[in-house]
Amino acid sequence: MALSTSSNFAKPDDAFRAIVEAHRGLTDAQSADLDAALVLVLANHIGDLDVLREAIALAKRRMLDASQQQQQQQQ
Amino acid sequence: MASANTARAKTQFGYRRHPDQERSGANVAEHPVVVVGAGPVGLSLAIDLAQRGQRVVLLDDADRIGEGSRAICFSKRSLEFWDRLGVGDRMVEKGVVWSVGKIFHGASQLYQFNLLPEEGHKRPAFINLQQFYAEAYLVDRVEQLPEIDLRWRNKVIALESRNDGVALTIATPEGSYQVHASFVVACDGARSSLRQMVGADFAGQVFEDQFLIADVKMTAAFPTERWFWFDPPFHAGRSALLHKQPDDIWRIDLQLNPDADPVAEKQPENVRPRIERMLGHDKFEFEWISLYKFQCRRMARFIHGRVIFAGDSAHQVSPFGARGANSGLEDAENLAWKLDRVLRQLSPEGLLETYHIERSAAADENIRESTRSTDFMAPATRQEARLRQAVLSLAEDTEFGKRMVNGGRLSVPSVYDTPLSSEDHDDWRGGPRPGASMLDAPVTEQGGGSTYLTEAFIRQGTRFTLLEFGNGADVDVPDGVGSIRIGGNGGLIDAHGLAGKRYDAEPGTAYLLRPDGYVAARFRNAARPALDAALARASGVN
Repeated sequence: MALSTSSNFAKPDDAFRAIVEAHRGLTDAQSADLDAALVLVLANHIGDLDVLREAIALAKRRMLDASQQQQQQQQ
Repeated sequence: MASANTARAKTQFGYRRHPDQERSGANVAEHPVVVVGAGPVGLSLAIDLAQRGQRVVLLDDADRIGEGSRAICFSKRSLEFWDRLGVGDRMVEKGVVWSVGKIFHGASQLYQFNLLPEEGHKRPAFINLQQFYAEAYLVDRVEQLPEIDLRWRNKVIALESRNDGVALTIATPEGSYQVHASFVVACDGARSSLRQMVGADFAGQVFEDQFLIADVKMTAAFPTERWFWFDPPFHAGRSALLHKQPDDIWRIDLQLNPDADPVAEKQPENVRPRIERMLGHDKFEFEWISLYKFQCRRMARFIHGRVIFAGDSAHQVSPFGARGANSGLEDAENLAWKLDRVLRQLSPEGLLETYHIERSAAADENIRESTRSTDFMAPATRQEARLRQAVLSLAEDTEFGKRMVNGGRLSVPSVYDTPLSSEDHDDWRGGPRPGASMLDAPVTEQGGGSTYLTEAFIRQGTRFTLLEFGNGADVDVPDGVGSIRIGGNGGLIDAHGLAGKRYDAEPGTAYLLRPDGYVAARFRNAARPALDAALARASGVN
């Protein structure tokens, strides 16, 4: 099974909103704790190491791209 | 019953001058095998070789068995190996048998595991036994074997590799002498001097966290289980381990801060309050205190010409998982039969290369497992600590969280991807695949006596052995190959059905076992050409 990057939620805004709301009122440290637990719960639900690795690679590439863009803007 | 004191009396040995020391120049003594280091690995290897008829010179630079309990957990696999060496019963009689581990977080139990939840095995999942007992029993066995020449206070100080062997210079209290060996096996521990002499590196990872290891003597009613705590009330923010040994000795591991002062932390007056907090009382005495930083590393190659490395000299792991001594013993049993065959010229020297292939892969697995455990106990970054905390919290009410908590993954025999295995061609739904170690099961003799498959294997002489599940027809077993027959005329009886179940057996099923008890090949119907080919392959002949 490959990582699905097509839109899987009927109402994507609801899903985004659910995650955002979970972080409302939390400090950065609490948010980080929540994310850590959430990642582990979701990773276990997926239950497929190849998919998880693909997801990590995708997330990491977006993050690196974003930080590179930021550096270029600062220069 | 032997007390700690009598066992200690038996751990002191004397230097004795050997006639080899009178010889020099072109007359130096020639030996087929010299084993360097009389620890558990060197002693076990020497015994295995001797039982196969090889003469062995075993050198040790000390004249006594080391103090402290050091390794304490010996695995089922190690006990099965020691059974073959004739010392298994003594180890198990003295040892503390256990199979259950419990993991605590704070004051509450997260979960428990059983490492051998099924019946029908001769040996338990683990025993705990102080290393000095294991060594003392092995030395007793060595002394019964005239093939082994154990020389205390013989320290190798120089090594010269030659085409046909190795020249060793050995220092003794009466000066140095030389011997020539066809093969040298270096079992001289993590700080191996032979490794330095061959110029090999020992690369890997050093962990910054320090662990205090104390053996304390006390009478306590804790069960014989392995207890591991994350963030216990008595040692906030760190991990702790409690484990029982014989003679009312308890092993306690306490994780310390990376910046803890090692000299100060080792002082009994500083250790005592920590242990008092853990136990809730002060009725204990110290047997041994040590402070460790862990390293996980291995040699790139376990074989350097005619010098072969086994045990801690070749690979080092963190202790959470009982993978140090047990993997060294697996090295010894893997090497002994191969070296014996090469010395007898029954197999080409290339067979030894499979020792490197199989055991270096096992070392990688052990390093990977013990590194993961150590990382889980001592997270390197804030985010790692956060993920660890999330796992511990989730473990309170989810099964997946419990399974992710890593308080040490305990040693199990490696499964080898090896050129000695013959590929499966038949249809299998279970059973040990080629490259896995044999499974034990209870069987009944024709006379009604109870025995085990591991015992039947020993009675066949721990050589290549065909384990057959009878279908009425006699399999034509090749010369020199042992035979264990289950079912049929004169065979062992699988009264509990466990042998058949564990080997996914049908009438006619046969497993070809290597002399170290690993599966080389298996067949639904063993016929000679295929069996001969598997035997040749497992012998390194083609």
